[in-house]
Amino acid sequence: MTDLALLALPAATLADDGAGSFLIVGLWVFLLAIFVGVELITKVPPTLHTPLMSGANAISGITLVGALSCAAADFPQAGRVLGFLAITLATINVVGGFLVTDRMLGMFGSSGRGKKDAD
Amino acid sequence: MGAITMESPLIQGAYMASALLFILGISRLGRVRSARAGNRIAALAMLVAVVATTIVLWGDAGRETLWAVLAGGVALGSVIGLVLARRVAMTAMPELVALFNGLGGAASMLVAWAELERARGTWASGPRGADGLVVSEGLFGLGTVNLATLYGPLFVVAAVLSILIGAVTLSGSLVAYGKLAGKIRGARLGPLGIRPLNAVLLATAVAVAGAVGFAFAGDPETAAWAIYALVGLTLLLGIGLVVPIGGADMPVVISLLNSYSGLAACSTGFVLQNNLLIVAGSLVGASGLILTKIMCRAMNRSLANVLFAGIDAGSAGGDQEYTGVKSTSAAELAMVLDAAQSVIIVPGYGLAVAQAQHKVQELATLLEGRGCEVRYAIHPVAGRMPGHMNVLLAEASVPYERLFELDEINGDFKNTDVTIVVGANDVCNPAAYEEGSAIAGMPVLDVWDSRTVVVVKRSLSPGYAGIKNELFERDNALMLFDDARAAIEEAVSEFGDL
Repeated sequence: MTDLALLALPAATLADDGAGSFLIVGLWVFLLAIFVGVELITKVPPTLHTPLMSGANAISGITLVGALSCAAADFPQAGRVLGFLAITLATINVVGGFLVTDRMLGMFGSSGRGKKDAD
Repeated sequence: MGAITMESPLIQGAYMASALLFILGISRLGRVRSARAGNRIAALAMLVAVVATTIVLWGDAGRETLWAVLAGGVALGSVIGLVLARRVAMTAMPELVALFNGLGGAASMLVAWAELERARGTWASGPRGADGLVVSEGLFGLGTVNLATLYGPLFVVAAVLSILIGAVTLSGSLVAYGKLAGKIRGARLGPLGIRPLNAVLLATAVAVAGAVGFAFAGDPETAAWAIYALVGLTLLLGIGLVVPIGGADMPVVISLLNSYSGLAACSTGFVLQNNLLIVAGSLVGASGLILTKIMCRAMNRSLANVLFAGIDAGSAGGDQEYTGVKSTSAAELAMVLDAAQSVIIVPGYGLAVAQAQHKVQELATLLEGRGCEVRYAIHPVAGRMPGHMNVLLAEASVPYERLFELDEINGDFKNTDVTIVVGANDVCNPAAYEEGSAIAGMPVLDVWDSRTVVVVKRSLSPGYAGIKNELFERDNALMLFDDARAAIEEAVSEFGDL
């Protein structure tokens, strides 16, 4: 009977050594990604602060990937409702975020051409 | 194809490609010429990740209701996102960014919550002893276990962190949205105000979070209530944290919430053991933190000071009585400008509120047509979010080469004939140079060094710092009391008549 419960454990279980080693790998990935992020963004000119923020915002919608697997896997009813909400909100964030950033940057582009015309 | 799982080389390869594209996209987003391409690369990265995930889910097919849920959520979200992105006016950008931030945080919170519900469901399906408690095989053998011993502390800690950060991001962003959209009045609370309550909320939330993982052995039903309590408490905490923060500190708050939305996704990556979420979330977290730091430095305040102290308006503001203020008219502004060879425009939040960017650009074009040099001096915290003024001026087709940062242009005011301050106040307050002032040490634009300063402002009311601005009393300062757009519009038409 306990075997049943074991079989149903999600991948995140510590019952095998997978989770312990994932913590270490995950922390490595986290630290390196933070470092890359800091290096890349320190140099961004103030003109781009708003588009950067709204673009980054859209990227944080990556949680959509998690939301998708949520609604699909062997989730109880409550989990699926939460999953559906998560998918909807994350998609708004992703689609809206990238589109509005593109719209904003389009204006920056046209101002660049304006400069050339003026010269 | 039923055999493709998360661990398949195809999927992991796609996730790696996606992570690299995100990094490439963010690096391109940091340069003016390649920014638009960078944003599109990041969008492509997202598409790759979503398609790869959908391929994995394909293995789960045969459950039509699930596909309806997935497709329905994506379709609904896409339509709403599309409409919001298309419809929003550029002046409403800060609100929209705040709103999207909140949704991202909410999604991360919901995913972690759903994972906890799933874990709880599995837990509750186990056999029960005579006392009604569930007996399962945990880390330490057979017995009544809690979530942490059943699924490992990493899973539980990451999940409650996702809920904490995600919920604070959600409710905090909604409050920020309300303030930016003018729907929530910034009613300043008393000196103690809401902050001790926040400390209590945080402590309680941490205690409840600990209980979710480490208490309720064998009792998944009570654990459920602890999860609901955690969600409720952390949502309240987000409200409590942002409500007392003033409008002009919004650039810091939005940057910080931006960072949180990334960190929430990152934490969810630990819940799902998904490296892609960790990479993308960290990039956003880092970007938000750096913007936060830049905004704090531009106000010469620490993050703790912005979050927990607010500005002490009474400290060194002195009396708010003004003497010797010279008032002027749009006609006089036009005349002053007529004789000018060099002009610097200093935009502030008032320009955004009045939507005066197009009129300002019109005036600048007129001046340039007469051989006058026109430049814009942009203070890092002018407006309500980082880069707010740059976006508005870009919308009005002001070439970004005319926009100068504080350090670049501050030495040039003394060689400038006329400086027009449009709806800005504290960013050009000489009190920053006085020790003991509330804004002492804040980098400011030395507008008073130019031959004439015209300040377009509706009244003599103080800025966010709540202190007097002696600039208005200077001999070379003229006050034009009007709405920014109306004033500049009138000056443009007067200019045409000259």
